[in-house]
Amino acid sequence: MRKTKRFEEDARYRVANREALIGVVLVMINFALWFGFAYGLGSKPVEEYSYIWGLPAWFFYSCIASTIVVVILVILAVKYLYKEVSFEEEDEE
Amino acid sequence: MNGEVIIPLLLFLVIIFFVGFYASKHIRSTSNFLQEYFLGSRQLGGFILAMTMTATYGSASSFVGGPGVAYTMGLGWVLLSMSQLATGYFVLSVLGKKFAIMARKIRAVTLIDFLKERYQSKWVVILSAASIIIFLFSAMAAQWVGGARLIESLTGLSYTTALFIFAVSVLVYVIIGGFRAVAITDTIQGVVMFLGTLVILIGTIIAGGGIGNIISDLTAENPALISPFGSDQSLTPLYVSSFWILVGVGVVGLPQVAVRAMSYKNSRGMHKALLIGTIVVGFIMLGMHLTGVFARSVLPGIEVGDTVMPKIAMEVLPNWLAGIVLAAPMAAIMSTVDSLLLLVSSAVVKDVYLNYVKPEADDQRIKRFSIGVTAVIGILVFAMAVNPPELLIWLNLFSFGGLEAAFIWPVIMGLYWQKGNASGALASIITGVGSYILFHSFMPNAFGMHTVVLPVILSLMAYVSLSLITARRHEEVQAKVYEKLWSA
Repeated sequence: MRKTKRFEEDARYRVANREALIGVVLVMINFALWFGFAYGLGSKPVEEYSYIWGLPAWFFYSCIASTIVVVILVILAVKYLYKEVSFEEEDEE
Repeated sequence: MNGEVIIPLLLFLVIIFFVGFYASKHIRSTSNFLQEYFLGSRQLGGFILAMTMTATYGSASSFVGGPGVAYTMGLGWVLLSMSQLATGYFVLSVLGKKFAIMARKIRAVTLIDFLKERYQSKWVVILSAASIIIFLFSAMAAQWVGGARLIESLTGLSYTTALFIFAVSVLVYVIIGGFRAVAITDTIQGVVMFLGTLVILIGTIIAGGGIGNIISDLTAENPALISPFGSDQSLTPLYVSSFWILVGVGVVGLPQVAVRAMSYKNSRGMHKALLIGTIVVGFIMLGMHLTGVFARSVLPGIEVGDTVMPKIAMEVLPNWLAGIVLAAPMAAIMSTVDSLLLLVSSAVVKDVYLNYVKPEADDQRIKRFSIGVTAVIGILVFAMAVNPPELLIWLNLFSFGGLEAAFIWPVIMGLYWQKGNASGALASIITGVGSYILFHSFMPNAFGMHTVVLPVILSLMAYVSLSLITARRHEEVQAKVYEKLWSA
C-alpha cells in the first residue's frame, strides 16, 4: 500500500495465503462434484434411475463417492501441499 | 421409561463432570488466567481441535432437527446437508495459519481482540461484542430448550426438571474448567456423536431389510423421496446450492468456530485436525440424515420431525444401545452450548469489561469476575429457557446467518486484504446484520436462495466500497496496523 516498505513482511504469510487458496480450490472441486453428479444423474425421471448398492446412482456418486474423493484430496493436500510453519518464536518473547 | 436407556446417559454426565475437575487444575496452576480460561493456553492438539470444531458446529439440528426434515423430504435433504462437508477443511484452511500467527502477534484471546487490533476502532469492538452477546445468547437458550426437551422425552421427567439437570451439568464443567474443559468434553462428545451415528445407521438399515429394500419402499410411497428435489419437489438446485454459503463456507464467520482457529498448538496439529474434521463431519452429516430418510421405511407415519430420532433409536436398537445412541444428540447440544456460554462470557469479560470498564484489573480479580460472569450468564439462560420469551425465539432465527453476515468479511478481509479498514468493517457488520433481519422479515429466501446469501454479498460490497472511499482518512492508522500485524 505504501510506496516504500520499511519492513519485511512475515514470510510465513506466503505459506498461509497459499493454503487459503488451496482451501478455496478444494471447495470448488467439492461443489462441482456434488452438484454435477446430483443434478446430472438425478434430474431424469425416477423410473430411469440406475442403482449402486441399492442407492440411486446420483446419490451414491454425489454424496458418497464425492465425499470419499474429497477426503482423499484433503489427505493429499495436507501431505504434499501444506507446509509446517513454526508458531513458537512468537510465544517466547 | 426404563433404566437401561437412562444409565448410559447418566454415565455420560458423570464422565463429563470429571473432565471439568481435571481441567480446573490447569486453571489453578496457570500463569495467565485469561489465555487458559478462554483459550486453553493455545495448547490444543490435532485430534481435540478437530473434535471441538466438529462438536461445536454440530448441534441439535444435526441430530434431531435435520434427520427429522430428511424423514419428510427424502434424499434431497441428505444432499443438502452434505454441503457441510466443506466446513471440515475450509475453515481451517482459510483462517488457519494466518489467524494463528496474527493472533499470537497481538496475543488475542477472542475474535474481538483480533478485530480490535486489526481495525483500531471502538465502534467495531462494541458492535461486534453486542452482536455476539445478543445472538449467541439467544442461540444458546434455544439449544438449552432442545436439550431439555430431549431429556424430557427420554426420561419422562418434567420439562423444568429436565432443564435443570441439563443446565447444572453444563454449567459445572464450563464454569470450573473453562476452554480446556469445553474442548476435552467436546472431544468425548464428538466420539459419542460419531459412534452413535454409526450404530443407528447400521441398526436402521438392518431393521429396514437392507438398503435396496428401503429404497424400493420409499419409491413405492413417493418416487420424489429418492430424487434430489425433495418429496414435494420444492428443493431447487439453486436453493440447495445456497446452503453452501450458510452451512459450508459461511461458517468461517461464526465466532464460536473462528475462535477455535487460534487455539491450536502447532501447524502439525492443524493439519491433522483438517483431515479428521473433514472425515468426521462428512460421516456424521451423511449418517444422521440418511438414517432420517431410512427411518421412513421402518417407522412410517411419524408426524413431528423432532421425534424421529428418539423413536427410531428405541425401535431398532436394544435399550442399552439406544441409551448410548441418544447420548449423541445430547452430546451435540451440550458441546455447542458450552462453547457459546464461554464465548458470551469472554465477550463480556474480555471485550467489554477489560477494554472499557476496568483495564487495570489484576489476575485474581479477572479470575473471580470471569467465573462469576460465566455463572450469571448460565443462570440467565436457564431462566430464559424455562419459559422462552417471544423476543428470544425471534432473535434465535437470525443468530446463525446474522453472525455469518456480520463477521465473515471483517474476519476474512481483515486477514487477507490490507486495505480493509474500520469504516469498511463497521459498514459490513451493520449491513450484514441489518439486511439479514430485513430480508428475513420481508423477503425470505429472496430469488429462491437461502436468506443468508444476499446479506453476505451486500456486506462484502459495503466492506470493500467503504474501505476504498475512506482510505485517506485511515491512512495513518492503517500503516501502523500493517506494520504490527504483517511485519516479520
